[in-house]
Amino acid sequence: MIAIGLILMAVGLVIAANSGGGHGEGHGEAAEAGHHAAGWGQRLLANLWMNNVYFTGISVVGVLWVAIQYVAYAGWSASIKRVPEALGSYILVGGVIMILVFLLPILFTGHNTLFHWTDHSVHEVGNPNYDPIIVGKSGYLNVTFYVIRMVAYFTLWFLFFKWLRRESMAEDLNGGLNHYNKSIRLGATFLVIFGVTSSMSAWDWVLSIDTHWFSTMFGWYVFASWWVSGLAAITLTIIILKQMGYLTMVTSNHLHDLGKFIFGFSIFWTYIWFSQFMLYWYANIPEEVIYFQERLGGNNNHFTWIFFFNLLINFAFPFLVLMTRDAKRQMLILKIVCIAILIGHWFDFYMMIMPGTMGGESGFGLIEIGTALTFLGIFLLRYTKELSKASLVPVNHPFLEESVHHHV
Amino acid sequence: MTSKKYILGVFNDEDVLLNAIEQTRAAGTKIYDVFSPYPIHGIDDVLGIQRSRLPIVAFFCGLCGTSFALWMQIYMLGFDWPMIIGGKPHIALPSFIPVTFELTVLCAAFGMVITFFIISGLRPTLKVPVLDVRSTDDKYVMAIELKEGTDISKLNDLLRSHGAIEVNEKEVVK
Repeated sequence: MIAIGLILMAVGLVIAANSGGGHGEGHGEAAEAGHHAAGWGQRLLANLWMNNVYFTGISVVGVLWVAIQYVAYAGWSASIKRVPEALGSYILVGGVIMILVFLLPILFTGHNTLFHWTDHSVHEVGNPNYDPIIVGKSGYLNVTFYVIRMVAYFTLWFLFFKWLRRESMAEDLNGGLNHYNKSIRLGATFLVIFGVTSSMSAWDWVLSIDTHWFSTMFGWYVFASWWVSGLAAITLTIIILKQMGYLTMVTSNHLHDLGKFIFGFSIFWTYIWFSQFMLYWYANIPEEVIYFQERLGGNNNHFTWIFFFNLLINFAFPFLVLMTRDAKRQMLILKIVCIAILIGHWFDFYMMIMPGTMGGESGFGLIEIGTALTFLGIFLLRYTKELSKASLVPVNHPFLEESVHHHV
Repeated sequence: MTSKKYILGVFNDEDVLLNAIEQTRAAGTKIYDVFSPYPIHGIDDVLGIQRSRLPIVAFFCGLCGTSFALWMQIYMLGFDWPMIIGGKPHIALPSFIPVTFELTVLCAAFGMVITFFIISGLRPTLKVPVLDVRSTDDKYVMAIELKEGTDISKLNDLLRSHGAIEVNEKEVVK
């Protein structure tokens, strides 16, 4: 019943996004190729990488969200849990794309230009490119181990997505507490695994671009960004579904809680962002502060506006707009904030990845918009298809009754 | 010495109580207060209690805290006794943020607590009359203030018809 409407919407969106995306890329590439032939490949690669990291993050946050609800014995979220549950459907696609984007350049040219450490010449003693710092890190940062890790993260995430989903489906059919109790054990295990893998994947996929630089807060920082974008994606889907006439059990009380989630974790992201920034800014040690110099003031002020825009849209906007109780309970305001956060954190990832890969050459044109739209299209296709596979209401969830009467 | 009289309707069940409140208010009777052993969901709406405006107080107290913290640090380190710390400019905003954050939270929290005490009249000498001690155990008590000319037997019927298991009268001397 829910399926037909959703699939139609998804196909429509995907066709629009894909044609728009393909169109955009074609134009962007052609235009770029005319100017500087070396740039566009790197630019496309950086965009593919960035969007994939962003969407994979949102996807895995869906699984994490479900796991947390189980471990916390949360009752209020029972009626909306099918939405985050379906988010995880992108994990497998994300994994395949990520391995391809990482390995293909290595197979063809010997090194991936996104990651300076994959270059052979930095490891050769006597070579003018020889870099003892990177050689010192090669025990962790080498292609084989990197790929093993990447496969491990995606396999683990995908398996837990599948297992949690399977228990949830079986519960619909069989009822009883068995599946619920098993989900709690699965959720608890996933929390431990994700606690480690989220930080490690952030080091691998984002931090290792700036190979020399390191930050002990980086895992948290990427996680905070993923988490708040995931929350925004969940909330946005719930609002859209509700406005389309589904999820009638969701009341402003559920929206209020989701709004509090978004409000709180926007501040959490800012807290992490600031904690990282202030220590480097204050200590002002050249090899550390270079990271922020590239982003603020360096590269001919190329990134300065995004640097401040990032804080404005991801902190000031949700903080001031979502502060009141009424704002969190209204679908329109919540929707605007969710969209702003999703765009804002896309820019956050832009800020993490572009300065290290593109330097001052990075742009914001058709390639960026096209790749983002293409990824959005693939993501929505997987997501809506997964959503339509099951009833949006987990009919035999033991806390469903509590969720229906949720009141804050 | 003034004394007030109350009619107390004692209830056994939370849902019966909520319904009785609604019916009593619909009949035009003003309810003085309701006592229950624990907070009841949705009772504020039924009783027609307006939402607290304490969050507004919190916002402005927080704003005061932010402004005070920024002013204090900028004035002290920028004008009154300029010092170079870590090679930074005298007015180095990022290093002021932690203090500003803390003072915002502190002022908002204290502002809220103090405002709450003043508004609700909470003070050490406050004596709270307990109208029916069973409302701290397993009964729900609805109190209606008895004014001159109130028809007690009508009130009695009204409460009993909506499920009160007892209707008592209590005089409180202030």
